[in-house]
Amino acid sequence: MGATVTSHDEHALLDGGPGPLGATYGKMMMWFFIVSDALTFSGFLAAYGFSRFKFIENWPIADEVFTHFPFLHGVPAPMYYVALMTFILIFSSVTMVLAVDAGHQMKKGKVAFYMFLTIIGGFIFLGSQAWEWKNFIKGEYGAIETKGGSILQFVDKDGKRVALHEFAKVMPEDRVQLTRDKGFWFTGESALPSYSVNEVVEGFKAHPNVLVRSEQIVDKEKVVLSREESLERLASAVYVVEGANLIRNEYGHKLFADFFFFITGFHGFHVFTGVILNIIIFFNVILGTYEKRKSYEMVEKVGLYWHFVDLVWVFVFTFFYLV
Amino acid sequence: MAHAHESNTKRIWVVFAILSVITTVEVALGIVKPDALFRAHFLSTSLLNWIFIILTIVKAYYIVWAFMHLEGETKGLRWSIVAPLVFLILYICFILLVEGDYVYEVYKTGQIKWNF
Repeated sequence: MGATVTSHDEHALLDGGPGPLGATYGKMMMWFFIVSDALTFSGFLAAYGFSRFKFIENWPIADEVFTHFPFLHGVPAPMYYVALMTFILIFSSVTMVLAVDAGHQMKKGKVAFYMFLTIIGGFIFLGSQAWEWKNFIKGEYGAIETKGGSILQFVDKDGKRVALHEFAKVMPEDRVQLTRDKGFWFTGESALPSYSVNEVVEGFKAHPNVLVRSEQIVDKEKVVLSREESLERLASAVYVVEGANLIRNEYGHKLFADFFFFITGFHGFHVFTGVILNIIIFFNVILGTYEKRKSYEMVEKVGLYWHFVDLVWVFVFTFFYLV
Repeated sequence: MAHAHESNTKRIWVVFAILSVITTVEVALGIVKPDALFRAHFLSTSLLNWIFIILTIVKAYYIVWAFMHLEGETKGLRWSIVAPLVFLILYICFILLVEGDYVYEVYKTGQIKWNF
C-alpha cells in the first residue's frame, strides 16, 4: 500500500484519496466508528464487571441460568446454546470475509452468494437471541423475593433446584390484579405470578424436604439453608418472582437481568443493523453497482462492521456466560 | 492496493478453524470446570477465568487481524486503532473493578447492612 499504487483505483481517489494511513476516506471513517463503538461496549462490560465485583458474593451463576437447548426439554445443557450462537456468528463472519475476498477478484456472483449466506447467518443469530430472551423472561423455577430484596430459590435435599409448582399449595384465595384505575396514585402491576406468597410459604411448610437456597456464594457454591433458617427467611417474603423483567428476576441480583437485557439487547440491535446494511449492499451487488464502479470496497466496509459485531459477541460470550 | 487480486481463502479457513477450536475449548472448560483451575485463585479471580480472558483476546486478535484485515493495513493505521483501545479499556477496567471491589469491602465490613 502507499500513495503510488492506487492510481488505477479511481473510486479510491473519489473517496478522498489514499491519505497518510493508506486507507480511503470511507474505510477510515468506518474504523473511526468501530473504535468509538468498541469503547461504548467496553464501558458496558466494565460496568457489568463493576456491579459484579460489588456484589461478588451474591451474583447469579450464569451456567445455572442459561441451560436451555431447543428440543431438549428438561435436559440441562449449560452453554451449549450460546456456544452454538457463537459458531453461527463466527461462521457468518467467515462468509463475509469470503465475500470481501471475492470482491477483490471482481467476481460478482460469488460476492452475492457469500453476502446472501452472511445475511442468513445474521437472521439465524437474531432468531437464536430472541429464543434466548424468551427463555430468560419466562424463567424456569421461580423464586421468592424478601423484604430486603434478596432472592430465595428452592432446592431439594440433594441440592437440585425445585420449581414452585412442585410444592406450592393451591389455596382457595383470589388475588385481583391491581390496575391503574383502582390503584393508589395510579399504580398498576403486570400479570400476577401463578402463586401467591402465602401459597408458596404454606407449600414449603408442607414439604419437609424442600430447602431455601440463598443468593450467597461461599466457596464457589450458593449456600443452602437449613429447614429452620429457611422458614425464618421465608417469614420476610413479599413477592413471588417468576422469570425476569427489568425490575426483578428469579435468577438473583436485580442488576443481573438489567445488564443481560441491556448488553445483549444493544448487541442484538447492532446485529440487526448489520443485517440491514448487508441487505442493502447485497442488492447493490446484484444490481451491479460495484461492478460499474470497478471496486467492491463497500462490501469491505460493511464487512468491517459485521466482523466488529462478531468481535463484540466474542467478548459478551466470555464475560456474560463463561467468566 | 497491492494485495487486491490475490485470494486469501486458505488463510480464512485456517483462521476459522482456530476460532472454532478455541471456542470449543472454552465451552468444554466452562462445562467441566476443572477444580484445579476453578478453585485456584490468581489476581482477584480464578485461574479458569484468566484462561477464558486470554483465549478471548487470542480470538479477538484473529478476528481483527485476519477478518478485518488489519494485518494488511499500514503500521500507522494499525497503531492508531489498537493503541487507544488497549490503553482506554485497561484503564476503565482498572478503575471500575478496583472501585467495585472497594464498595464490596465497605458493604461487607462497614456499618451498612444491605443483605437482609
